[in-house]
Order: sequence, then C-alpha cells, then structure tokens
Amino acid sequence: MSQSTKQPNRLAAGGSVDRTRTLKFTFNGQAYTGHPGDTLASALLANGVDLVNRSFKYSRPRGIVAAGAEEPNAVMQLGASEATQVPNVRATQQALYDGLVAYSTNGWPDVQKDLMSWIGKLGAPFMPPGFYYKTFMAPASMWMTYEKYIRKTAGLGRSPSEPDPDIYDHMNRHCDVLVIGGGPAGLAAALSAARSGARVIVADEQEAMGGSLLDSRDRLDDQPAHAWVTTALEELAARDNVTLLTRTTANGYHDHNFVTLHERRTEHLADSAPTIEGRRQPRSRLHRVRAGQVVLATGTHERPLVYGNNDLPGNLLAGAVSTYIRRYGVIPGRKLVLTTSNDHAYRAALDWHEAGHEVVAIADAREAPEGELVEQARKHGIRVIAGSAIIEATGSKRVSGARVARIDRDGFKVVGPVETLDCDTIASSGGYSPVIHLASHTGARPTWNEEVLGFVPHTVKGVTTTGGARGVYPLADVLADGAEAGAVAATAMGFEVATEARHVPQATVVTEGAACALYQVPHEKPTLRAPKQFVDLQNDVTAAAIELATREGFESIEHVKRYTAMGFGTDQGKLGNINGMAIAARCLGKSIPEVGTTVFRPNYTPVTFGAVVGRHCRELFDPERYTAMHQWHVEHGAEFEDVGQWKRPWYYPRRVNGRLESMHEAVVRECRAVREHVGILDASTLGKIDIQGPGAREFLGRVYTNKWAKLAPGRVRYGLMCKDDGMVMDDGTTSCLGENHFLMTTTTGGAAAVLEWLEMWHQTEWPELDVYFTSVTDHWATMTVTGPEARKLLAEITDIDLDRESFKFMDWREGRVADVPARVFRISFTGELAFEINVQANYAMHVWKTLFEHGDKYGLTPYGTETMHVLRAEKGFIIAGQDTDGSVTPEDLGMHWAIGYDKPFPWIGKRALSRSDTRRTDRKQLVGLKPRNPEVVLQEGAQIVFDPQQTIPMTMVGHVTSSYYSPTLESGFALAVVKGGHQRMGETVYLPMVDGTIHEAEIVGTQFVDPEGARQNV
Amino acid sequence: MFHIYCPYCEEYREEEEFHPKGQAHLSRPEDPDDCSDEAWGDYLFFRDNPRGIHHEMWVHAQGCRKFFNITRHTVTYEILETYKMGEQPTITAETNTARPAATASSADDRAATEVKGAQGVQA
Amino acid sequence: MSDIRQFQTHPEVEIATESPLAYSRQRSGAPAITVSSQVMLRERPFQGHLTLRGGAIVLDEALRHVLGLSLPSQPHGLNHDDSGERSVQWLAPDEWLLIVPGGEEFSLETRLRDALGDAHVSIVDVSGGQTVIDIEGEMAHAVLMKFTHYDVDPTVFPVGKGVTTGFAKTSAILRRSSASRWELVVRRSFADYLYRWLLDAGEEYGIGVER
Ligand SMILES: [Zn+2]
Repeated sequence: MSQSTKQPNRLAAGGSVDRTRTLKFTFNGQAYTGHPGDTLASALLANGVDLVNRSFKYSRPRGIVAAGAEEPNAVMQLGASEATQVPNVRATQQALYDGLVAYSTNGWPDVQKDLMSWIGKLGAPFMPPGFYYKTFMAPASMWMTYEKYIRKTAGLGRSPSEPDPDIYDHMNRHCDVLVIGGGPAGLAAALSAARSGARVIVADEQEAMGGSLLDSRDRLDDQPAHAWVTTALEELAARDNVTLLTRTTANGYHDHNFVTLHERRTEHLADSAPTIEGRRQPRSRLHRVRAGQVVLATGTHERPLVYGNNDLPGNLLAGAVSTYIRRYGVIPGRKLVLTTSNDHAYRAALDWHEAGHEVVAIADAREAPEGELVEQARKHGIRVIAGSAIIEATGSKRVSGARVARIDRDGFKVVGPVETLDCDTIASSGGYSPVIHLASHTGARPTWNEEVLGFVPHTVKGVTTTGGARGVYPLADVLADGAEAGAVAATAMGFEVATEARHVPQATVVTEGAACALYQVPHEKPTLRAPKQFVDLQNDVTAAAIELATREGFESIEHVKRYTAMGFGTDQGKLGNINGMAIAARCLGKSIPEVGTTVFRPNYTPVTFGAVVGRHCRELFDPERYTAMHQWHVEHGAEFEDVGQWKRPWYYPRRVNGRLESMHEAVVRECRAVREHVGILDASTLGKIDIQGPGAREFLGRVYTNKWAKLAPGRVRYGLMCKDDGMVMDDGTTSCLGENHFLMTTTTGGAAAVLEWLEMWHQTEWPELDVYFTSVTDHWATMTVTGPEARKLLAEITDIDLDRESFKFMDWREGRVADVPARVFRISFTGELAFEINVQANYAMHVWKTLFEHGDKYGLTPYGTETMHVLRAEKGFIIAGQDTDGSVTPEDLGMHWAIGYDKPFPWIGKRALSRSDTRRTDRKQLVGLKPRNPEVVLQEGAQIVFDPQQTIPMTMVGHVTSSYYSPTLESGFALAVVKGGHQRMGETVYLPMVDGTIHEAEIVGTQFVDPEGARQNV
Repeated sequence: MFHIYCPYCEEYREEEEFHPKGQAHLSRPEDPDDCSDEAWGDYLFFRDNPRGIHHEMWVHAQGCRKFFNITRHTVTYEILETYKMGEQPTITAETNTARPAATASSADDRAATEVKGAQGVQA
Repeated sequence: MSDIRQFQTHPEVEIATESPLAYSRQRSGAPAITVSSQVMLRERPFQGHLTLRGGAIVLDEALRHVLGLSLPSQPHGLNHDDSGERSVQWLAPDEWLLIVPGGEEFSLETRLRDALGDAHVSIVDVSGGQTVIDIEGEMAHAVLMKFTHYDVDPTVFPVGKGVTTGFAKTSAILRRSSASRWELVVRRSFADYLYRWLLDAGEEYGIGVER
C-alpha cells in the first residue's frame, strides 16, 4: 500500500490494475508512479494531477475530461529522447509503461507558469471567434506574422528533429466480416459471424477488448460482465477464422469497404519498439482491410453539458468517472456533484458513493426522475435535485463549487434561486452520441433520431451498424442487436448462421427512465456575458462564439464550423459537435436536423506518419531498377541519375591528381572520347517490345507517323509516335526481325505507357489485326559502342562482318560478341559510328567486361546520360518528354521527313495535323540557339522574348528545352521552342534571367555538329 | 480505394492494379479525313461529366493487361457492373431510374454532402 | 529470313552468367537460415521463360503434343508436368507463362512453332528478364500479407493458383506450387528492390536466404 500513498487518488481495491508492481513515469519533468493496467490518464489522475494542458486559444487550465478517444484536453507530446518524439497522443489512449516521458502539448513554455494567461484574459480581442476566417481575409503578410507565434503557442505538437529509430509497416487483410469495436455489440457480432465460418476481424482501440463491459455494473449470465468478455474472447481466439486486434483504431472508412486500422503494437511497452532476439519489430502497423461486410459497433460518446466554466479541471464526463473508479481503481476527487439529463449517468454517483466518497448532490434536469438507478441513489441517501442543472462551476485551477439552479429548458432560462454546492468534482452527462464518424467518411449524411437524441448513421452499402452506434442502449438489446448484425453480415457473404450461433448471455435488466434533451444549460446572464461555456474544449469554441457566428449571418453549420473552428483538427467534434449544432439551432430558431451535421473526415484519431508510410521509406521509398551492368557502374564510381524508376549512370567522374572530376570535367572528357575515340553507354533501360503477327506491319503503320510497309528484315527505322491530337508522344527505332516480327524500342521513361498504348489500340479499335506485343525490356541488355574506333574494337570480339558495305547504317545483324549470341544494331544517337549490342541479360556482364579488356588500347570510355544528352543535342536529336511536352507536333519539330501523309490508313495523329490550330504558322517550333557569349550555358526552361525592352510582364514566345556546353563547339548551345521559329533563322532572341541579366542568342538550325550525317555513316 | 471486378480475371482486384482511361464507348470517326475540324475536336477533347451513371474504360494494368468498361455512379462511387470490350452496359442513366429507392436516396444524400462540402475551406 | 526470327541466346561455350540477384546478394547480403528462421528465400535463376500468346485451343494442343502439359484454361490456373520441373500459368485470356529448365527454351519454341503451323500465336523468350524466388516457412504467408494487397489466405489461394498483382510499389507474379512453397516471378530490373523489401519485411521473422 506504500505506493498508494504516493498516488493520493488510488483506491485501495478495485479495477484491473496490478497494484503489486510500480511503473515510473514523468509528466512535464515531474516524476510519478502508476501500475500496470493504467493509462497515462488514469495514472495522472491517481497522482492527483489536475492540470494537464493549457487551452489552445485562451490558455485556460485544463484537466482530464474523458477516458477514451474523445479526450479533448490531455493531448500529449511523448518521447524520452529527441528521436522518439510523438505528438498528439491522448493520455487516455496511452498505456502506462516504465520510463514513459510525457509533456503537455499546449503548455509551452510551462503549463503551470501560464505565460499566455494575459492573452487568456485579453483573449477575446486577440483571437476572437472567426479569428482564422478574419485573419485569412486580412493581407497575407498578417497571417505570416501571427502564424509562427500562434502555432507555437497553440502547441499542435512537434515532430522529432532526429531520425525515428523505429520501423513501421503495413499489412493487407481480407475478411468476410470486419467488426469495429470490441464492446458488447461488437463481441456478440463477432461471435455470431465467426460461428458461421466467416473470416472475421475484430478491431478495438483500447488496451483490452470489452468496451463498456470492462467497467459495467451489469451482470451477464449472473456473472460480472467482464467474466463473459473473457469467455467470449477465448472462444474467438480459438478460432482459425478470427483475427483479434487490440490497441487498433479503425481510422478511416473508404470506398467499397476499404478500412484502415492503426495498430499500436509496441506503444504500450516502451519509448521505442523493443527488439526480439536482436530483430527489429514494427512499432505501429497499418492494416489495410478489404472487408466483405463491415459491422460498426463503435458505441457512443457521452455528451458533456455546456455550462459556465465547464472547462475547469475537475469537470469530467459521468461515464469517465465510472471508468476511472471501476477499471483503474482511481477516484478523481473527494466531493462530487453530478449534473445529468438521463438515468444512465447515475452510475457515476453510485460508483463514487460505493468507493466511499461523498456525492454532494445530483442535479437532474428532468422534473420527475424515477428509473431504477435513480431509486438506488435515493436509497443511498444521495440528494437528487429535480428540474435543475449546474449552471456554472466555480474555482480557479480546479473546481471548488457548483452553482445549481432550477431551469426552464424550453424557455432557456434560469427560473429559481441559485444554490452553490461545495465540491471538487463535477460529473456531467447530456446523453450519448452514437459514434458515427466512420459511417460518414465516404460522405453518407447521418439522420437525427429524436428518440435517442442523436444522429444515427445513414445506410451505407455493405455496412451494418449495431448497438450504441445506432442508438440501441440497454445491454440486453445491445447484445441481441450485435448478434443479429453479425448474422446479417455473415449471411450477406453467403454463410449460414444457425440459431444457436446467435446465442448471447442473459443480461440483468435495468429499467431506465426517459432522458430529456439538454445541451447548453441556461445561465442567469445571457450567453454572451455569462462565464465561458465551452462546446469544443480542444479548439476553445464557446457557446458565445457560436451565437456570435449565427448573429454575423453564418447560418450553414459548415460555415459556423469554419468560423469558430468547432470540430477541427484531430478532435473531429467527438464531444462538442452535437452541442454546437444544438446551440446553432437554438440561435437560428431551427431544429437540430434542420441545421444538420458537419462532415467527419478520416482520420478518426491521429495516425503517425510512420504508420502511414510503413515500409515505403528510405531505401525502399520507391523501386530502383537496375540493369545487368549496375554493379560495374557502382564499382567504377558512376554518379547515377533517376530516369523513371531506373538508376542510370549519369557520368563517371575520375580521380585526377588526387581530385575527383567535377561533372563538367567528366562530361567534357566523355564527350571528347566519343567524338575522337570510342565510348560505351549502358542503354539497357530503353523500352523494348517484341511484336509478332501477320498484322504487325500494318499496326506499325497506324501507330507511327512514318511508313513501315517496305522495311525489310535486317533493317531498322526511326519512328515517331503521336497521340490522336497530333502531338508527339514517344519515339524510337523499330527493327524488322522477320516479315511478321519486329522489335520496337521506346524511350526509357515511356516504355510502360507505350506498351499500354499499343494494347489499347489493338484491344479497343483494331482487334481484327493479328498481332501480339510482349515486353522484352528486361530480357535484353544493351550496350552502345560508339565513336570513330568502334568498328575496330568490336571487330576484335565478334564474328559479324562489320564491313560498311555489308553492314550498313540502319542495319542489324546476328552473330557472336565475346562468344555470346548477340543482335547488333547500327543505329546512332551520338552522330558517330555506333553499334548497339543486345545480349541476353544474364550474359551481359561478361560481354561488357570483355569489351573493356579489348577497349583499353582504343581509349574505350564509359559515358553516362549527361554525355549522351550533349552528343545527341549537338546532332539535334530530340528527347521525347524533354524537347516535347505534349503540345509539340512532328512539324513543330521540323521532322516533316518522318510524316507519311500519303499512307493509306488514317494513322494516329494524322487528322489532327490538318486542324486549323496545328496549321498555325506562329506555333512554337524547335530551333537551335547559339548564345552570343559562348561561355553562357542557357538555363533549361528559361523563357524567350523577342524584345527585351518591353515592360513587365513581357510577352514570352518560347523556352529553352535542352541546353549544354559543347566541348566540340567550345561553346554553350541549346534547343528551344520559339513561336514561328522555323522562319526566324538568324534572328536574335533574348532570355531575361531572374537576376536581371539578359542573355542574347541567335536562332540557328538544330544540327550543330556534322549536319550532313557523314560521321555516323562511315 | 475502389474494388474493381476484372471481367477477364473474373475476380475483384484493388484499384492500384488498374489505370483509368476515361469515358467509355468513344468511337474514333470511321473516316477521319472526312471529318470536320469541329467533329474531330469533339472526339479529341469533349467528354461527359454526368452526376450519376457513367461508363468508363479501365485497364487491368498490373494484372491481365486487358481493357474493359465499368458502369460507375459518380456520386456514390458504386461500381454497378463491369463488362468486356465490345459488350454494352446493362445499366444506363435511363434504366437506372428503376433502381431500388434506398440506393437512390443515399446517392442524393451523398450529393448533398459533396455540394455542401465544396462551399467551405478544408478543416 | 522467315516470318518470325527465333534467337538462340545461349553461347556454345561456357560463359559466366549473372542472375538478377547477383548484385543484391553482394550489396545487401543473404542472411543465413537459422533454427529460428520462420521465412526462407531461395532464388531459382537461369530457367527458361517463354511468354505464349494466342488462342487457348491451338496452344493447348501444341503444348500437350510437345510437353504433355495441358494449358490452364481457367483464370489463374497453374499446371506442372509430372517431374514438376516445367510449368505453365495463365496470365490473361490469351497469354500464358511457360517455365522450363534453363537451356530448353530455344528448342521448345522451335518444337512448339512446328506443332502450331500457321496459327497466329506469339512465343517470346523472356528468360533473361525474369527470375524466380521461392518463399517458404511458417511466416511466409505473413510476409506476403505485408508485400501484396492480394488475398493470400491459404483458404482462398490454393495450390495450383498463380496471379499477377501488385507487390510493394511494383508488380510480380505470385504462384503457389505446393502447400509449403510460394513462388515469386519477378522482373530482372525490379529484383533487387523486391529482394531488399523481402529482407526488410521478413526481419521480424528471422528471414534467411538459401545460398
Ligand atoms: Zn484482369
């Protein structure tokens, strides 16, 4: 019992905490103790910690209000080290573990010191209702000024500044029936569904399943309710077809019964996930569940009543008082006053009384309360004040009294004298709101049910709502309703549910009197002058703010929400929404259903980024595709460039005189090697598509702009592909392998899209053409050997006759290269003599290395994509996707030679090329640009103007698409699109830069080196 | 995240496996050369955007790579049917008026949500 | 040249080959299998992979004739020959994947083409572009649940089923060739990414790699 002396509010007995073991933790730097089985909230209450936070806007002291996900105040920053910081954790949902370190989220710099209290006092003028709205309306600069300060003081939590040591992951699940909520309805549903053989998942956000049964006064089959929970869980756990997930919150309900569950796997154990046998385990897991049927057994949230100073520490929900006493053996005070609109809340007073503490009075808003629980209270001698309510709490940092008065609910006024009762705790209950967030996530609007005084979910396909979540409250009814819901769901999935499968335990029947509708309690003063009556504690929204909003003309509840911030952020209106709507309704003279509800959005409670990201981070963030020669590139110091998902060697910096070359130096060297000797490029990433069938040739003629009818086996042709709007989409070479057999190449980034494009036209427009397309990108490894010495080098290791007459430019041949069967293509993207060697990828490394064994004497130099870009741009060869952007036609590119206007079939893109828009003479056309200053390398993307003297904004007439330094020209050069550019050869254009300099360039042709093409034809 | 029935694989697959390809049943004019600029422009650029029943073409990109059509309700996001290339939908905007009232009303509800939700700033 | 140009990719002399996972084993390692390994990986590289496309009836006839193996006609079917070394899998209504011992693919294609005569089909050698990774062990199923959104519950994914579906952020083929063995058929360029993903996801189950 010695521990209990340190925990002044810990009861000597009761609850399911293990008093034999002590756990140490700190809160705001102060050391405390608790027990296994505690939440952080129950441990704080056991230690008598009243003040857990400062409020968002007014910096008012706040204490723990609830015992579950709906807690608005005890939102914590957790983490014993900088790397393990986790913001936005509700203390009510955090199991206590030894060594837990928690801080107030909103308490900067110190929750006790109250730096912001001056704002709290002056608060209204500084941050009045509509603050966000009005601030956004003000000049943007004002918001920038406020934001930094407000965000910090508002304490939305902070993310760690050091890398997270933990790992997270995702698990995809499938089931027939997903039961959300492991309370009485959920367990009954799980049992009936599981007994039918359906695959069932049960998810519950608490540390243990059982929901309200864990602290219930009711008995099931003449046993304490939690005993039945144990039995039910044993049965479910023993079944192969059932998965039980505790500490798992269903956070999002998405289309077609896709539900995301956030499982906190080790959050209850330690600051960082413990390893098992040295292996890391995920801290959190996001289950992505595709459910046949969803059973929503999410229960209810109790609604607090809205009265003056209802935010003072010591104001709790009635149900939370019961939970702390019965489940955690913690009593959060000494003298209680309960204010209620219903019978159910009397349990708090009974539990308090049975724990041996004083219940000062119960203020019941109903004229003649008379249910069984009311009678029990009276029997215990508890004073019940009918027709009354607490209109105001008194106290400074903790409740010290309750002002109770007789009220007229319909007239919204205080009608009797005010009596002040001495107490330190107020429990309030304004009834229960079905938890309908998930049912609303895909947009279904809930409907108001006058009988349960709450919104109940609208029908959503594949979803059955049961128990409290649909307004069924008596335990016997809840169990039967749950069993039925499970049966309905299983039946919908084709399972037979026997009568016995629906068996539920017998519940003690407690008759309850009817509740009355009470939301905001009237005060002697009008709302705008009364002590603050809070509706949304987390966002500091008062009844007065809502009243003000309606007076300012905000009549839609969605507008009231934006104006006041009610139900914003991580709170999502769990406690305050209905009260807020009721107040808006009162002010507008409407009914609650007329006012309607706002939209709930995922996530129901905050989910860490770790869980969202799962394993898709760091080295596994995105696929990295490697070629068969990748290891060689790595070993030879290549810098890599991302091209699509491929990692391509960008350039190969060498160590020269102990210093690594810069990119510029490496590229100059690589370019010279290709133009003067021989270079080699790993071109394996180009898309390759095998095309077979008697319709192949006709098909090519329809998807390419140029002609394919006469391409003979052994020959290769360059092709340009347009979309039907006439804009260039991709390009590449296609080789005729046999009369009905072609090998198409695509750009590296366009490979998948081109294959899908071919399939689309074949499947949807021309199924009559007999042709098949198969990707062979990964099957072949491709190495381009290019430069004046290419023939000599290749001749050393091939049996192919490389003679220029028998193996011409744009031919391909079969043979052996380094003893490996190969197809060699005489195509050139550099303008030099070039051979593209294709071998089966498993043999590629051997061939690549053999080329180097023989290539040394010729100065064989590996080059990367940057050099490739320079060399091709010098020749005016375009890169689809760089020099084109979906708005460029073949004619804009000056590639009339690649357009077969006289082909018989109206090929893709042809018709569009004669539209008035594509015939305009002022279209942006591809040209070369030669900067007047050869040292200038123009910026890619730089805008072009004809007249640099014009006023800003200038008329932009084009932009640079590719720009490099050319070692061959010893000058910068560029490709660009310019309006009417083809007719402007020799003209000067201007490129104004951000820093004020204006570059001058001359419009020239696109072929800067060897325009006759002599070098590639040798 | 849609759950889409592939009529070729004959089972439901996750949306991530598919690519949407826009409005279904577009036909390329038989003789493009004989087509006015306006008619060709309509074929290229103009698409329906109905509130309610819509026919869309999708491709099972990560699976069988087959193209097919679906009939989808653009308000409830319910996929009412999927059918193979060359087949016609059995549910259309005209036939759908005969659908059960429950679905129709939840559709209306959803529509109200969308319209209202669009008025405010995102919370 | 004939209408279709077949190509023998294999050299006549012994040449060093590198499997798609050669670099991965060197870079990421291959954790040893221990007594506590609940998941085991094994690469089965250098097999012959042929993509068959065409009508089911003609292809079935040819395949029975040449290999004594019948073509699965139902979606997701996977058939093995008696030795278990050759398999054919449904990929699409007009597409199948044939996997045979490495080196057989060229002559097999020739024999199939002979048997098929003038039928319009496509047979494509993709052996260099794919590899097979076996996944075994009591937690193989759990690793797969992390890996793919496809339902891999043994009750709905029986032996003899194969699917092409999403794995992490790419796609692969998953097959169940026996009660204890799952097979992934992965593209060469994605093999390293998928391998590293498997090692990472399998860490908590003590994943090991057969060397
Ligand atoms: Zn499919």
